[in-house]
Amino acid sequence: MENLKPETKQKNKRKIRSYPIIVLSVFYVGLFCAMLVYICYYSYANKVVLMSNSYNTRQQILLDQNIRGSIYSRDGDVLAYTQTDQEGKETRVYPYGNEFAHVVGYASNGKAGIEAAANYYLINTSADLPSKVALDAKGQKYPGNDCYTTLDVNLQEVAYNALSARKGAIVVSDPRTGEILAMVSKPDFDPNTIQTEWDRLLADTSGDAQLLNRATQGLYPPGSTFKIVTALAYIKDHPEDYNDYRFNCSGRFNYEDESISCYHGQSHGSEDFVKSFAESCNSSFANIGLQINRQTFSSTLNSLMFNKDLPLDMLYSKSSAGINITTSYGDVMQLAIGQGSTSMSPIHLNMITCAIANDGVMMKPHLVSEIKSYDGKIIKSYATEESKRLMTSSQSQILRSMMEAVVNEGTASKLKGLSYTAAGKTGSAEFNSSTSDSHAWFTGYAPAEDPQVCVTIIVENAGSGGSYAVPIAKRIFDAYFGIW
Amino acid sequence: MELYVTEISKYVIALSLLIYTVLAFLTFKYTTEKKRRMIYALQILFMFVVQISCFIQVVAKSGRPVYMFFFAFQVIIFAAVLMLFYVIYPEGNRLIINNSCMLLMISMIILTRLSYDKAIKQFFIVTASFIIGFFVPEIIFRFDFLKRFTWIYAAVGVMTIGAVLLYGAATNGSKITYTIAGITFLPSEAVKILFLFFMAGALYQAENIWQLFLASAVAAVHVIILVLSKDLGSALIYFVIYLALIYISTNNIGYLALGLGLGVAASMFAYRLFSHIRVRVQAFLDPFKDIASSGYQLSQSLFGISSGGWFGLGLYGGSPESIPYVEQDFIFSAIAEELGVLFAVFMALVCVSTFLMIMQEGYYIKDKYYRLIACGAGVAYIFQTFLTIGGGCKFIPLTGVTLPLVSYGGTSVLVTIIMMMIVEGVCMIRTDERYEAMERRKQRRQQQMRQNIEAENGKPETGNETKE
Repeated sequence: MENLKPETKQKNKRKIRSYPIIVLSVFYVGLFCAMLVYICYYSYANKVVLMSNSYNTRQQILLDQNIRGSIYSRDGDVLAYTQTDQEGKETRVYPYGNEFAHVVGYASNGKAGIEAAANYYLINTSADLPSKVALDAKGQKYPGNDCYTTLDVNLQEVAYNALSARKGAIVVSDPRTGEILAMVSKPDFDPNTIQTEWDRLLADTSGDAQLLNRATQGLYPPGSTFKIVTALAYIKDHPEDYNDYRFNCSGRFNYEDESISCYHGQSHGSEDFVKSFAESCNSSFANIGLQINRQTFSSTLNSLMFNKDLPLDMLYSKSSAGINITTSYGDVMQLAIGQGSTSMSPIHLNMITCAIANDGVMMKPHLVSEIKSYDGKIIKSYATEESKRLMTSSQSQILRSMMEAVVNEGTASKLKGLSYTAAGKTGSAEFNSSTSDSHAWFTGYAPAEDPQVCVTIIVENAGSGGSYAVPIAKRIFDAYFGIW
Repeated sequence: MELYVTEISKYVIALSLLIYTVLAFLTFKYTTEKKRRMIYALQILFMFVVQISCFIQVVAKSGRPVYMFFFAFQVIIFAAVLMLFYVIYPEGNRLIINNSCMLLMISMIILTRLSYDKAIKQFFIVTASFIIGFFVPEIIFRFDFLKRFTWIYAAVGVMTIGAVLLYGAATNGSKITYTIAGITFLPSEAVKILFLFFMAGALYQAENIWQLFLASAVAAVHVIILVLSKDLGSALIYFVIYLALIYISTNNIGYLALGLGLGVAASMFAYRLFSHIRVRVQAFLDPFKDIASSGYQLSQSLFGISSGGWFGLGLYGGSPESIPYVEQDFIFSAIAEELGVLFAVFMALVCVSTFLMIMQEGYYIKDKYYRLIACGAGVAYIFQTFLTIGGGCKFIPLTGVTLPLVSYGGTSVLVTIIMMMIVEGVCMIRTDERYEAMERRKQRRQQQMRQNIEAENGKPETGNETKE
């Protein structure tokens, strides 16, 4: 009997009794492996998104167990924290009130801003077991994780005050890292009293839209700031001879029954490509728009993320601009000067400006730099991340010299002759065809030769960009470089 | 202190189940039950470690010592099942019984946490199912004539699910249940066993393509009735049993391909025809799009799975009760949430090891009829497990079937225990086959030796005379 066993064993190995059983077994084992890997991957990768969903009641469990963490500025100033009174009632406090209203957001009424984006981390705790036990003994809740932002209190304050009582938005960022230093939107609200004022804010029909973060969700006609885009398309289309461009401006440009006039009908006379840009000549740019191959124009819009998702971890509106073979001449001319159906969010314009200032490469814009546990352990850090190359290095160099010309010999002359150098582009975007009222735009960076800070400003219904937006930029640059 | 207990027990629970799972797969290294004895003993040890740690958590968190009594009863019943089985059926396969008990223990733990009343009810049904189930292997082993009732099985099966369909249509309801003496009974679950015996018998007897065709037609009748009853999950399970068995019995992959092709065509047709199928597919593609209604269940299930992390929130630490029908269709999500994704994955692997063991038993048995029975039961079990887990985690569209042995539901657990016991009966038949073969070999060998001695040859000749 003993020497029979190995023999039968060998036989089993040699002869396959039933292929189908093997095939079916292997198939189901494979199916299960795929499914289990999927479960692990899906639950791990989507943890944060799923927890932040407003239908997820598990947030309440965490809130019952942990105290919501605080939000800090880049210098460690508290932007939001939770105060617990003696009866255990919790209140969310925003020491800066309206100033950081949109960017920091609020933690009640559906959540917004950083409070929404970093919600998962704020309501979770990374306290270790012994400290949890100690807190349990005292009957206290566990401290949630804290969120460290890239926001600069000083710049935010300056930007907030510079916009004064006007409606509009300001974005200040670092083109080298993509860090957002300040983000202001007006009209605003006080996040400290949002719960009591919520119904009034929602019922408001005056068009103020106080809850809307205009910096990311506002869509405006970009006006002349869009000439940056048109210029890039022209440079791509005429890489060798864009400098040979000449135009004689009489204050108005006509083509096939369509006409475009310069701001306040001003005639700019004889000009080249750079001067057309510096003087922000509409007639010349309408002409340039018509000379660009439509496919090149369209692909330039695509590469600059028009009609597309932006690499942003916050709520935003998609900018829109388009051209194809069926677009009428009139619409092409409107597109070239950033009017017509073209619309853009301030953050998008800021991202494009940053890319120009950063050698053509756009860094991923971000507001949160680190998540730390209550005792300072780093839980997660958001590294500087290259998002996308928007143009070649030489194309960005050309645009930079043109934006410098805007300051030195063009519409942003208020930035000339300062202790630092600046570059940019102004815009005065008409938003209503029946009046000549316009939104004042400026987007630019400083210092011109080594950009460190990038500013985008829109002041609604103010007038020309050169007169109303550029002075705000100057105040922000002054603050950044420590000049008062 | 309580925190230390619950936090540490989390890791103990996951680790114990991991060891249990590894042991389950280790059994395949050894060919006989005798050599696996040590593994089985260790498995039982870790099984109880999992259960004890979980119940420590349950009592610590819920603060109800009365649960301790319930737990003590469970220990008694499961220990009795494991011991009695070993004594009554030493020839049975113990991995299958161990795994079944492990899954039932997990079921009792999570059900106690979700609803104590339901857990008690389920516990009684489990106990009763085992009492009934203990007769099954003997019946399968003794009553060979069960093979002959093929068409009676089909007739009874079709009539039962047909009656449900007609009754459902008459009352315009979609509840596919009979309620007898307060116990709700799901016919489509029970008819599964009849269907399995019918398919095995019909394919075993089939001698030509026409008989195969006839068997297929009757199988199709079953599936169509279930589709019309809106019981998609069961319809799919029946269909998959049919496909697997026709493939195994004909050894022809063409039939499998043909069947799959027809299945795909039929599901596309059904997708166009029935709006409730379209709703489910939409919810599967993007559950968050219509989160307030059709996507609600699935998104809650996903919230549950993802919020637990690798080691879970601990029993009573999450909110699995926010998932509708959590005890039936989404028990896996509740387990993943509170006991951890790793625990849930190990549990699924325990199911896979059960399946592989059943298929191995089916592979080695020579009697084709019992081979079909075993493999059919194995495929039905693993496919149903796949449908539930896959549906709850957005891997496949939701079908609304229960997780065998783990979900709440009397019929499901009774039918699954009986299925497992049928497989045990098949295991006994296989062991018997092996002994018979050995006996034959031994006799032949003795005969040969006698002949050799008689011929006074003296040269030993071994090897060629034993043919199976």
